Amino acid sequence: MERTLWGDAWRRLRKNKLAIFGFCWIVLLILIALTADLWVPSVLGSPTFVDTATAAEMTRLRPSLEHPFGTDVLGRDELARVIYGARISLAIGAIAVSISLVIGLVLGTTAAYFGGIWDSIIMRGTDIFMAFPYILFAIALLAALGPSFINMFLAIGIIGWTPIARVIRSVILQVKQNDYVSAARALGANNLRIVLRHILPNSIAPVVVYATMAIGTAILSEAALSFLGLGIQPPTPSWGLMIADAQKYLADAPWLVGFPGLAILLTVLSFTFLGDGLRDAMDVKVTQ
Amino acid sequence: MLAYIGKRILQFIPVFIGATLILFFFRAVIPGDPVKLIAGERDLPEAIYQQIVANHHLDEPMYVQYGYYMSDLLHGDLGTSLQRKLPVLNIFAEKFPYTARLALCAICVEILIGLSAGIISAVKKYSFLDALVTISTSVLVSVPAFWLGMLLQMFFGIFLKNVTGGAISLPVSGAGAISSYPVWMHYILPAITLASVSLAYTARIMRSQLLEVMNADYIRTALAKGLSKRAVIMKHALKNAMIPVITFIGIDFGSMMSGAILTETIFSWPGIGFEIFRAIGQRDWPIVMGGVILVVFVVMIINLIIDISYAFFDPRIRYGKKAGD
Repeated sequence: MERTLWGDAWRRLRKNKLAIFGFCWIVLLILIALTADLWVPSVLGSPTFVDTATAAEMTRLRPSLEHPFGTDVLGRDELARVIYGARISLAIGAIAVSISLVIGLVLGTTAAYFGGIWDSIIMRGTDIFMAFPYILFAIALLAALGPSFINMFLAIGIIGWTPIARVIRSVILQVKQNDYVSAARALGANNLRIVLRHILPNSIAPVVVYATMAIGTAILSEAALSFLGLGIQPPTPSWGLMIADAQKYLADAPWLVGFPGLAILLTVLSFTFLGDGLRDAMDVKVTQ
Repeated sequence: MLAYIGKRILQFIPVFIGATLILFFFRAVIPGDPVKLIAGERDLPEAIYQQIVANHHLDEPMYVQYGYYMSDLLHGDLGTSLQRKLPVLNIFAEKFPYTARLALCAICVEILIGLSAGIISAVKKYSFLDALVTISTSVLVSVPAFWLGMLLQMFFGIFLKNVTGGAISLPVSGAGAISSYPVWMHYILPAITLASVSLAYTARIMRSQLLEVMNADYIRTALAKGLSKRAVIMKHALKNAMIPVITFIGIDFGSMMSGAILTETIFSWPGIGFEIFRAIGQRDWPIVMGGVILVVFVVMIINLIIDISYAFFDPRIRYGKKAGD
C-alpha cells in the first residue's frame, strides 16, 4: 500500500477511540439527515405540520414507544424535529465553515506569500474583526441584514475567517522558506502555480484540523443565534430554536429542553474529538 | 514604559475606526427607508419628512454621514430607542452595573473552580481526577451555555425544591425581582452559567502550563536541593505558570460581556444583554446596534488595559517583541 500523508494519518487515526466515535456519529448523523425525507414523515410524523384537530390532546406527551422523544407543545413528534434540526446544524457547519475557509485561505495566503504591505493590511484587518466578541458581530450583522437562513450562513462564515487566515499565514511563513519553493521559482513557475502546487498542499494539514473543530463552533453559534431569534425562524426545526421554545415548559416537559441539547452536545463533541484525533494523527500544532 | 503605552494607544485607533466603519456599514445597509426607521411606519407630511432627512444628514454623501456618526459616538450619543423614545446611552447606563456585577461574579467562579481544577489535574496527572477534569472540560465547551443554565434551573430551581419541599433551592431569575431569596443568591446560577465555558478553558490552560513549567531546569534544581514537591509547586512552578492564565482570564472578560446576552436572557437578568435580546424581539435596532458598540468599546478598553498592565509586570514585553508574534 502506498504510504502517503493521508494514508499514514488514517492509520494513526483508527487507533484513536474518541476520534473514531466522533467520526461514526458524524457519518450516522449525515446519513439520517440525508434520508430523513424518505422515512421520518411516515414513521414519526411531520416535523413542521400542526394538526389543529389533535394538537390539544397531543401536546407535550411524555416519551413513549410511539414517540421516543415525546411530543412538543404543538403535538409534533420531537424525534422528527431533532432529526430535521440535524440538517440545519450540519448545513451550517458545512457552508459557514466553507465561507470562512475561502476568505481565510485567500487572505492568509496572500499575507504570508507576498508579505510586506499586504501582510500589514490583512493582519490589521484580522485585528479589527477580532475586536468583536464572536457572537456580537453576528448579532450586529443579522440585525442589519435581517434574520434569515442565508444571512446566518454569511454571519457565521464571515466571523470565522480570522483564525483560519492566521493559521494558514503562520504555516506558509515556514513552508515558503523550503528549498523546493526556491527551486520552483528558479524554474520560472509563476506565483499562482507555486502557491497552488507547492505551498498549499504542504500547508493544508493544520487548516483541516482547525476547520474540523470550527464546524463545532459554527453549530454552537447557530444554536445561540436561533435561540435569540436571529437565526432559523419557526416552523423550521433548529436545535437552538427548539430549546428556546421549550424554556417555558421546563417544569412540566423537561425532555423538550433535554433532547435538542443532548443532540448539540454529542455533535459538537464529535467534531472536537475528530479534530483532536486528526491533530495527533497528522502531527500538527494548531497555533493562531 | 510611556513609549510602550503611547504605541499601544496608537495601535488602538485604527482598530476602533475599522470596527466603527463595519458597524456604520451595517447600519447603512438596513433595508427600507431610513426615515421610516426613525419616525415609524406612518405617512408624514412632506415638510416633516424633509426636516428628518436634514436633521439626520440623510441627504449628505456616505463619508460625511460617517463623520457625523463618529462625532455622535465620541459625544456619547448612541441614538434614540424607537420603541421607548429614550436615548440609548441612558438605557444602558442603568443596565450596565447589573452586567458588570454578574461578569465579576463569573470571573470569581472561573478563578476559583478553573484554577483549582487545572492545578489538581496537573499535579495528579493521569489520575482519576485528571480524567474527570479532562472529560468535564470537553463537555463544558461542547454544550451551549444557555442549555447548561436551563439544566441548572431545572435541578436547583425545580427538582431540588420539589424533593426537599422547598427547603433547599436556588432562585432561577434575575436580581431586582421581588423574591423571598436574599439578593446574593440570585447571582449563583447565572454566574456559574456565564463562567462555564471560560472555566473549562482556564482549567485546560492551567494544566498544560503547569505541566510545561514542571519540566523546566529551575524546578529540577529546586527538587534536587531537597525542597518538598508541595513547596516547589507553590513557590516556584505556580508563579511562572500563572502568567498566561492571568492574561487569558483578563481577555476573557470580553467574551463574558457578550456571553452575558444568552445568560441574561434565560435568567431574565436586568442587564445589557437582556436589553439587547428584548430589542431584537421588538426590532428596536438603535438599541441593538448601540449595545453592540458599547460592548465592543468596553472590551477593547479592557484589552488595552490588560496589555499595558502586562507590560508593566513583565519588562520583556516592553523592550522586546509583542507577545504572540
